[in-house]
Amino acid sequence: MGGEATKAISKEILWGGGRSPFSVSYGKMMMWYFLVSDALTFGGLLTAYGFVRASSTDAWPIGEQVFRSLPGLEGEYPLIYVALMTFILIVSSVTMVLAVEAGHRNDKNGVIRWLGLTIIGGFFFLGSQAWEWSHFIHGSGGSFLLAENVTVTADDGEVFNLTKGDPVYMDHHFGHLAEPWMEGAPNVSLVESDHGVKLVEVGEHSHEAELHALTLNKYIENESNVSGDEAMKLWNARSQSFAFGANMHDNEYAIQQAYANFFFFITGFHGFHVFSGVVINIIIFIMVIQGVFERRKHYEMVEKIGLYWHFVDLVWVFVFTFFYLV
Amino acid sequence: MERDDLIVNDSYALNSSHSEEEGAKIRKNVWKVTGILTLLTTVEVLMGIYFKRSETFTWAVIKWSFIILTVVKAAYIVFEFMHLGHERSNLKKVIIAPYLLFIGYLIFIAISEGFGHLGNFNTLH
Repeated sequence: MGGEATKAISKEILWGGGRSPFSVSYGKMMMWYFLVSDALTFGGLLTAYGFVRASSTDAWPIGEQVFRSLPGLEGEYPLIYVALMTFILIVSSVTMVLAVEAGHRNDKNGVIRWLGLTIIGGFFFLGSQAWEWSHFIHGSGGSFLLAENVTVTADDGEVFNLTKGDPVYMDHHFGHLAEPWMEGAPNVSLVESDHGVKLVEVGEHSHEAELHALTLNKYIENESNVSGDEAMKLWNARSQSFAFGANMHDNEYAIQQAYANFFFFITGFHGFHVFSGVVINIIIFIMVIQGVFERRKHYEMVEKIGLYWHFVDLVWVFVFTFFYLV
Repeated sequence: MERDDLIVNDSYALNSSHSEEEGAKIRKNVWKVTGILTLLTTVEVLMGIYFKRSETFTWAVIKWSFIILTVVKAAYIVFEFMHLGHERSNLKKVIIAPYLLFIGYLIFIAISEGFGHLGNFNTLH
């Protein structure tokens, strides 16, 4: 081997020697290498998610139970919103392919049109994700844990033997006032009502919410509702552990905080990729308008940022499956 | 054998340009792939809404269907949109091999160890 070091290497076989391994340009090759390593990062994150979920002793929330709201609408629309987000990202991937294709024909106006639409699609996705995060953080109603064992009969007649530490979910109206009440807001108080208890808020936005029903298993399986005296039994057995929506310390969706942490980290890391992708697309968009690539006589830069953009779509396909579907 | 890996003045980038007729063909393929991806996503969402989770054999089938559909979608994105299917075969291998070797093994070992810790390897739900 010692002889190898002294042997003269033909300039031709070096990267700078006018030769390109795999018959692709240096820049495109390096973009692929970056994406390979970035995909391993996401692979590691999703595998960690799978490991924690598999080794969890408590029930894990179900995607279509947690994510079933649409902006501005009441009612339940399981998975429709994330499906829409997926579709937005797929469409923006399509417009990016068309931008690359237009680049191969040196069609400057075509590149401007399709790359512009790709950027708009990127903004739509970021906006959707912002709403999704906001909804996840605010939650719907919130939950409290039981301080003792309780046996209740659900409205459909099924009997539940609940143990200490089991979560119980409040409806949207009651939970909305329960949060300031738990935090000790002076204008919200808990008073007895004809059917049990109600929360009363006085002041500028005075209104009240009665406790008439509580929910078991909200994010796990089919909902079971408990009302009347049975709901009061649960309310009286409550502990001080309330959770409203999700933050870095607790969440209403699962007993495991890992659920919320993985949601924030994986979708947040992906969202950061989308954001940086949009920024890169805008930079190249400006360069296209300035005619940089027209003078260069090829639009390979659009192809390279296209690879990154498709990768962002690719990651979302996996996040969608493993976070929302399975 | 004729050398095809020599480059002069960005010739790869220039060689990858194509005519209007070829472009029309490529665009047609793009819309076809778009249709397939949209269809697969729609099927996934409908399955997610319709089928309830349980520990039965049916749910295992549904779950594996999700994973297979996802891999099919990923393959369309990588091989068509990212153009990897039309690159040289050694580039394809360099990019795909790490996943077949590493990620597949990592997922298997992490998930099975996750269940193994509970001692209920058979209740995959």
